[in-house]
Amino acid sequence: MANIWVDDKTYEVSPDQSLLQVCLELGFDLPYFCWHPALGSVGACRQCAVKQFKDENDTKGRIVMSCMTPASDGTRISVKDSDAEAFRAGVIEGLMLSHPHDCPVCDEGGECHLQDMTVMSGHNYRRTPYPKRTFRNQYLGPLLNHEMNRCIQCYRCVRYYREYAGGTDLAPFASRNITYFGRQEDGILESEFAGNLVEICPTGVFTDKTLKQHYTRKWDLQMAPSVCVHCGLGCSTSAGERYGTLRRILNRYNGEVNGYFLCDRGRFGYEFVNSEQRVRETHSRQDGKLKTVPKEKAVEQLGDILKGNSRVIGIGSPRASLESNFALRSLVGVDRFFNGMSEKSSHLVSLMTEILRQGPARSPSLREIEYSDAVLVLGEDVNNTAPRVALSLRQSVRQQPMEKTDKLKIPRWLDHAVREAVQHDTGPLFIATPNATRLDDVSTGTYRAAPDDIARLGFAVAHALDSEAPAVPDLSDDVRRMAERIARALKSAKRPLVVSGSSLASEAVIHAAANVARALAKDSKSAGLSFAMPEANTLGLALLGGGNLNEAFKTVQEGKADTVIILENDLYRRAPAEAVDNLMQAVRHMVVLDQLMTPTASKSEFVLPAGAFAESDGTFVNNEGRAQRFFQAYVPKDDIQESWRWLLDLMKASGHAEAASWNVLDDLVSATAGAVPPLEKITEAAPSSKFRMLNEKVPRSPHRYSGRTAMLANIKVSEPKPPQDPDSALAFSMEGTPTQPPSSLMPFFWSPGWNSIQSVNKFQSEINGALRGGDPGVRLIDPPQTGSGLYFSAPQRPFEVRPDEWLLVPLYHVFGSEELSSQAPAVAQLAPKPYVALSTADAERLQVQEGAQVEVKLAGNSQKLPVVVQAGLPKGIAGIPAGLVSVEGAGLPAWASVTRS
Amino acid sequence: MEKVLTKDVPADGSALDIKRYELAGGYQGVRKALKMAPKEVIDVVKQSGLRGRGGAGFPTGMKWSFVPTGADAPHPKYLCCNADEMEPGTFKDRLLMEATPHQLIEGMICAAHAIEADVAYIFLRGEYILSAERLRKALAEAYEHNYLGKNILGSGVNLEMHLHMSGGRYMCGEETGLLNALEGKRANPRTKPPFPQISGLFGKPTIVQNVETLCNVHHIINKGPEWFKGLSKSEDGGTKLYGASGKVKRPGLWELPMGTTVREILEEHAGGMKEGLRFRGLLPGGASTDFLVEEHLDLKMDFTDVQKAGSRMGTGTMIVMDDRTCPVGFVKNLEHFFAQESCGWCTPCWSGLSWAEKMLQSIEDGQGQEADLDRLSYICRMTAPGHTFCALAPGAAEPLQSALKYFREDFERHIHEKRCPWR
Repeated sequence: MANIWVDDKTYEVSPDQSLLQVCLELGFDLPYFCWHPALGSVGACRQCAVKQFKDENDTKGRIVMSCMTPASDGTRISVKDSDAEAFRAGVIEGLMLSHPHDCPVCDEGGECHLQDMTVMSGHNYRRTPYPKRTFRNQYLGPLLNHEMNRCIQCYRCVRYYREYAGGTDLAPFASRNITYFGRQEDGILESEFAGNLVEICPTGVFTDKTLKQHYTRKWDLQMAPSVCVHCGLGCSTSAGERYGTLRRILNRYNGEVNGYFLCDRGRFGYEFVNSEQRVRETHSRQDGKLKTVPKEKAVEQLGDILKGNSRVIGIGSPRASLESNFALRSLVGVDRFFNGMSEKSSHLVSLMTEILRQGPARSPSLREIEYSDAVLVLGEDVNNTAPRVALSLRQSVRQQPMEKTDKLKIPRWLDHAVREAVQHDTGPLFIATPNATRLDDVSTGTYRAAPDDIARLGFAVAHALDSEAPAVPDLSDDVRRMAERIARALKSAKRPLVVSGSSLASEAVIHAAANVARALAKDSKSAGLSFAMPEANTLGLALLGGGNLNEAFKTVQEGKADTVIILENDLYRRAPAEAVDNLMQAVRHMVVLDQLMTPTASKSEFVLPAGAFAESDGTFVNNEGRAQRFFQAYVPKDDIQESWRWLLDLMKASGHAEAASWNVLDDLVSATAGAVPPLEKITEAAPSSKFRMLNEKVPRSPHRYSGRTAMLANIKVSEPKPPQDPDSALAFSMEGTPTQPPSSLMPFFWSPGWNSIQSVNKFQSEINGALRGGDPGVRLIDPPQTGSGLYFSAPQRPFEVRPDEWLLVPLYHVFGSEELSSQAPAVAQLAPKPYVALSTADAERLQVQEGAQVEVKLAGNSQKLPVVVQAGLPKGIAGIPAGLVSVEGAGLPAWASVTRS
Repeated sequence: MEKVLTKDVPADGSALDIKRYELAGGYQGVRKALKMAPKEVIDVVKQSGLRGRGGAGFPTGMKWSFVPTGADAPHPKYLCCNADEMEPGTFKDRLLMEATPHQLIEGMICAAHAIEADVAYIFLRGEYILSAERLRKALAEAYEHNYLGKNILGSGVNLEMHLHMSGGRYMCGEETGLLNALEGKRANPRTKPPFPQISGLFGKPTIVQNVETLCNVHHIINKGPEWFKGLSKSEDGGTKLYGASGKVKRPGLWELPMGTTVREILEEHAGGMKEGLRFRGLLPGGASTDFLVEEHLDLKMDFTDVQKAGSRMGTGTMIVMDDRTCPVGFVKNLEHFFAQESCGWCTPCWSGLSWAEKMLQSIEDGQGQEADLDRLSYICRMTAPGHTFCALAPGAAEPLQSALKYFREDFERHIHEKRCPWR
């Protein structure tokens, strides 16, 4: 530790940080722009100036930039010094020379770092009468709005976009006071992490275009801590509502998971909640048509159907909360509960879960992935299946080069000095996937192959690491050499990591990844094994248990059930249409609880409107094994309520004894934890509804929430009683104690003088560290790190190209492949059109060119698709966009014929 | 008086080709240097008291000694010649490159040997077309004669040398902006420390050195540090290329002993002011130095003395201002240049200089206000050394702050008369 003096008071701080960082940690209000906790120091804006003194006798001192000065032992500075204060006010004056001062009409107003820093610095009078420079704004796509006149040239956007996120199409142009931050020409920003610019930009240059459609100031939002539902990573988000609609998603800092950043699917996918496809009222089928019915009537009818009925089964869902799935399981009975996943995915998910639970490799958090120093990605296009992982992996390749810059004594926070020393040097990142990925640019080596061959590479790596791991027969020299190279890189690393998943639906790939991790762990390494899980609660459901969808179908076909309750699940996405149709034919009663009128819901007898994430409370378990609670931001209108609440209603209506004492979320959380041993710790994921701070609940709205008494005055002049929340320690109110709540209950970040998201630093135990009191969530999986399990055996045969058939593999798209976000208009706009991808060689073989129509026949179904030629694809493999081309529930990969039409 | 750098400059304006250069004793320095250990070369240069001629005057040998050497040193190491002569009023390197390109190459080979550089770049100002042609030819000749390339003259030393023409920004002449430009990036300055000697071009140890500095190196090796010191009239060793532009009788460039007085350069070599014009002041070493006035004329033009008078020798090429030139217009032109050439990285520079330029324009147009003078001084304080990221803005403030000091009445007349008295 180092002792430093700030304004004649001594503090003990970490010498490995800049003065700015330690000053912020110590609670000083020191303004800054170009610095960002995740981006480090570059010294551009000169806003964080302080006075530094040589020693106690130095009274004159000199101005230094706190972001560029190390907090070394004995440093003496003054933040309050009048020269330093005057300099900081002068910098703001300079920054504001051309700023349009359009706060009242700016989307950033009220959560603008520039506003905050201007007030903090004390600049308030404009001394220059000259015209301001103006710019032309660009169209940047459906997600972001561009208003360059507001720019203060802090360079954070391009540093984040290019240097941190690896984008190439946003750059600084021109120079001096007319530096322009944009694209070479108008067009959609290419990076799937572009949305973070909303939070990176300290003012209103880059703002959320979807928020603009239904704009609300931050202070007018009613917010709740939420968890992203658009993949299995469980990024923490903050969902904001006004007038009964979900207005926007903002990143919610979680040191262990998403840190400061989300992917664009997570940020902009929320609009499915406001979609016209939403089911808002209770429906039942009358005269063959779905018609709205009063909620109470439907519950009563269903109660009659379910009462004493032992022929009911429940089909759960990996996108529904643990509590909802558990409520369904309780309603129908453990043996009659099915997890809603296809036989194949259910098997793969259980397999991955078991591997993670058995160890010895540990599933790392996103933060730990970021600090891995050698990575093998096996069969997972993470940019599209678990996007936030890709952003962490992009940082991981800097770990080894930064060890070299440590030796040059360049502090890691001195960002550009580190980058200039590192140049294009990257640490090991090997990617084995059928298709080219967006991470290839920072990879050490790529391997384009069929799923089986990818698995064989993985097995070969494991064998190269540990001769006891099974060898792979008939391996080509090239692949063996590559495997040995990968093994060397992983073996010599301090924190090696294997990333895999089920997106190729290959058991062999998962086995291979497990073998590599096991071989690494044998070497007493802290080896990581991260599996991408397809949905928000996939791992949670695997821990909860239950048969698969095929078993559900079988139960009905065998006449053992005639009533089916389907929870937040569109079966047509998971099973062949024929099988689903047969199920519907065979049952007498069918109930669907869902958020959207899916194909499955639209054929049901009853449709009960389920609350979306922002309208519900519940628990998800992410791919790391971290249980995280999400809370409702608002009480939805109409009949919408949490699925588990619907199920409790049905249990009560059908006289279910167990449910008699279950009323609120806490009851279900405890019941779930009590009944399912692997889920025992979910009670710790967040404080219960009884939690109070100074006898008060945690307010969902900022203290400045406006219009409470006026919002509904056009309907009724008396102010309605705010809704009560029996399920959580959050209140639908702006009133409450202003102290920091536990991290899992924090609806938003706000601190006096810090209205923007930059206020996060006021809530962290240290900058970039955990939130005070610990990051949200609780890990359910902690395997023994010295497992003595067995290796999986290797697939015997390599992939063989067939003369007339192609192995059809799913290709994932961050925009379009995921069910719910596809209903958000902005995301839908970015989804690709259906296509079939062929390798260059195969396109030649078929004598087709890019765009030509071909006929793809799969499992008896045929469809015409335009060809996309992908040079990287291996021969004999064809790809179709997952979720965007209906394969009628046929599991991929599968052999299909492709012919010219 | 002995001339060193310009001794062999052909009178006909041509460039000395390799034959004529060798006949005049060229490349003897390289032969000698290659027989010396790198450290010996550095020691000789240290002893000579050679200081960087680009403007900052940093001791050359000391700079080289910071480069890591030995078996563990990172490679490739780089030597970069800063030939981006963009300082307004400066044209000294141009003469050296146009007339004696081999002299630069020879100096660079010696310097590269001293720091064990593997690759050398000449970063040349984009507008110096003739220099480029002549350097290109000279480089080809040097390769042909094995002064460059593999195993130079059988010494076992290798050196590749490339000519790179700048895209044309003042910032490219800043040591680290140059490195970024050479890497194909925006010519923004880099964080120091780490200095280029540790982490420079492509992250490797690098020395950046001005043309004139490098041209001295092989002469020092040939004739020794004592000889070099003896050339000078001051503590700083060697000769110096001094220049004068403005309304003097004979604008030009002269190689004179370091420490020749301002008066001697102005009156004897430049011939004094043109008929009917009075001297008002001069910028001693390019646009980014403080004005010197009548009282300073007997100063020695060297790094030490000029600094004592509150200015800098800079490049040693003075811009002379006469009494028929409006000081406000003069400074406005300079600030226009600096504001335009700001890279846009740090706030006091990109914002302050454009504000200063606008204020000066409005004063010159007769629309200035009393408060503007304080605001101009305020901008000079905001852009003081240490307040900005690099030296561009402090350099830009130098002519402005000194003009406000020496020519304040002229500024005030503009404001009170609401017009430019010179128009």
